[in-house]
Amino acid sequence: MINLVYNEMLKIVRKKRLFIIAAIIAVLVGLFTYAQLKHVQEVQKRLGTNDWRTQLQQQIIDTQNRLNSSGISEEWRKFLQIRLQQQQYYLDHNINPSAPGAPTFMRMFVENSIELFLPLMVMVVVADLVSSEASGGTIKLLLTRPVKRWKILLSKYIAMLLSVSFIVLSLVFLSYLISGTVFGYSGWNLPLLTGFAVHGEELDTTNVHLLSQWKYLLIELGLAWFVAIVVGTLTFMLSVLMRSTAAVMGIMLAALISGAILSNMVSSWKSAKYLFMVNLRLTDYISGTAPPIDGMTLGFSMSVLAIWGIAALFISFLVFTKRDVY
Amino acid sequence: MTDTLVVQGLRKTIGKKEIIKGLSFTLREGEVFGFLGPNGAGKTTTIRMLVGLIKPTSGHISICGYDLRRQFSQAIRHIGCIVENPELYPYLSGWENLEHFARMVPNIPKERISEVVELVGLQNRIHDRVRTYSLGMRQRLGIAQALLGNPKVLILDEPTNGLDPAGIREMREFIRFLAEKEGLSVLVSSHLLSEIQLMCDRVAIMSKGEIIRIDTVENLLKEQARVYWKAAPLDQAKKILAEQTTVLGEKDDAIVTFYEAGQLSAWNEKLVQAGIRVSEIQPKLPTLEDLFIELTGGETID
Repeated sequence: MINLVYNEMLKIVRKKRLFIIAAIIAVLVGLFTYAQLKHVQEVQKRLGTNDWRTQLQQQIIDTQNRLNSSGISEEWRKFLQIRLQQQQYYLDHNINPSAPGAPTFMRMFVENSIELFLPLMVMVVVADLVSSEASGGTIKLLLTRPVKRWKILLSKYIAMLLSVSFIVLSLVFLSYLISGTVFGYSGWNLPLLTGFAVHGEELDTTNVHLLSQWKYLLIELGLAWFVAIVVGTLTFMLSVLMRSTAAVMGIMLAALISGAILSNMVSSWKSAKYLFMVNLRLTDYISGTAPPIDGMTLGFSMSVLAIWGIAALFISFLVFTKRDVY
Repeated sequence: MTDTLVVQGLRKTIGKKEIIKGLSFTLREGEVFGFLGPNGAGKTTTIRMLVGLIKPTSGHISICGYDLRRQFSQAIRHIGCIVENPELYPYLSGWENLEHFARMVPNIPKERISEVVELVGLQNRIHDRVRTYSLGMRQRLGIAQALLGNPKVLILDEPTNGLDPAGIREMREFIRFLAEKEGLSVLVSSHLLSEIQLMCDRVAIMSKGEIIRIDTVENLLKEQARVYWKAAPLDQAKKILAEQTTVLGEKDDAIVTFYEAGQLSAWNEKLVQAGIRVSEIQPKLPTLEDLFIELTGGETID
């Protein structure tokens, strides 16, 4: 089995796809870093560079005043207290909240790429994993070895998992290293707010608490990895079903982009929440953005994705082991 | 001689159409067995079933005593094959391709790779990318790949397709060498009679998913070869030839008779003695088309 996986990894590496993807990520990170830098400079110009301390102090006093006023609900009071804690941390540790470091940039990059960019990169590598063997005719040589078909497909699936992990890791490292040159490499312990829940129109802040950035990042990366694996598995299935890599990419692209569009307009079409592509923004549940359809939770979205993934994996193996190869 | 590949009652139905209609044949050790038939006769489909790419609807295939369906790994280990074109990974070198396939079979040492490379004569270019190979080189790499696991049965689908005359000749000699010296059973498919004739010991003639006939090349040709006689006067020549052998008819101002090795000069002598001027004696192998028309009773290749 190790030999088979080694073979598959060799083929992926020699096709140079992974390097191209790492290069694309590097270029995009550079681009966003520059954009972020411009934004920060703009904000600082507007607020006055040296005044952020005074500003923050002003905000803290504001919050304290609101806490002291009588007509506020218990729940809201708790939320404000947590906010106060966060602001106090910034002040104590001499952190400018509008000028983040590399970990913050990395977090934002992961949050923004989880829906479209990361799945696209995964798709580029996975799309031709099986279909290229079929269209190139090498599948005939592969299947006439003393190795059972399911083992061959499993080795390809494992190779897929490894490449997807490589993509997620290179996303992490490249965004950290490149943005760090501009924003500095500190900020791992920055406290962040999490635990929001949305019920209908209302924001439920009962469970809001502070989480240091590195823990927050770890959770988000786990979710991004999970999304990447599910998208990879779906692409893998299409790659088994179709000979043409272009067709695989086309279908996957259509699904992913329609997901991005649907997320913005399906709030009244309830059953759309069972589609995998509107469930990709898992990190939103952590940062507290309202989900596209009412009633979606982190657990729900993960289950939907997991079911799609398992079904795809099942179909892949069923078709691959039974099919006549022409 | 032992049988290496035994096929019994092989059938394949796709949808409602039966494309392979009950094939039975055996391959013996050290022989080259030809599969002769026009395009669409079912040669490639049969070969794909023999190597496990397509599941037969019914029938039984056993390789060196192992049932292909139930003992796939043991059975397939004894087969080396090229199905249609030798398609290898173009972005890897020839050597890497071989290493890749060697890793899929237990216990193939590095030396075996060098050995097969030498056997097919690719030493000089083996570390170049396959993308840069000519078709002949790819074909040879394909054979190297097929021989990697020391198979007992070698299955080659149209092995001379697209090769130049020198390449075809080389391939032919190589196939004979493998059968005679290495004791392999080689199954070769082709739609060219001349090719089969020069390479094979026995031939199965296929048409529309059926084997019409299995025989040695000698027998098939003995029956089917013709001699064209051009002589004047024609009628008299015909009479004399009819005394010696069967006259099959006339075609393009020539008398057609059976071919019998060693008899032509004697027949010619008779003609000359009778004062007939013989201008041309031409032994002709039947074309595949002729053979087909005769064997199938009027069915053409297309």
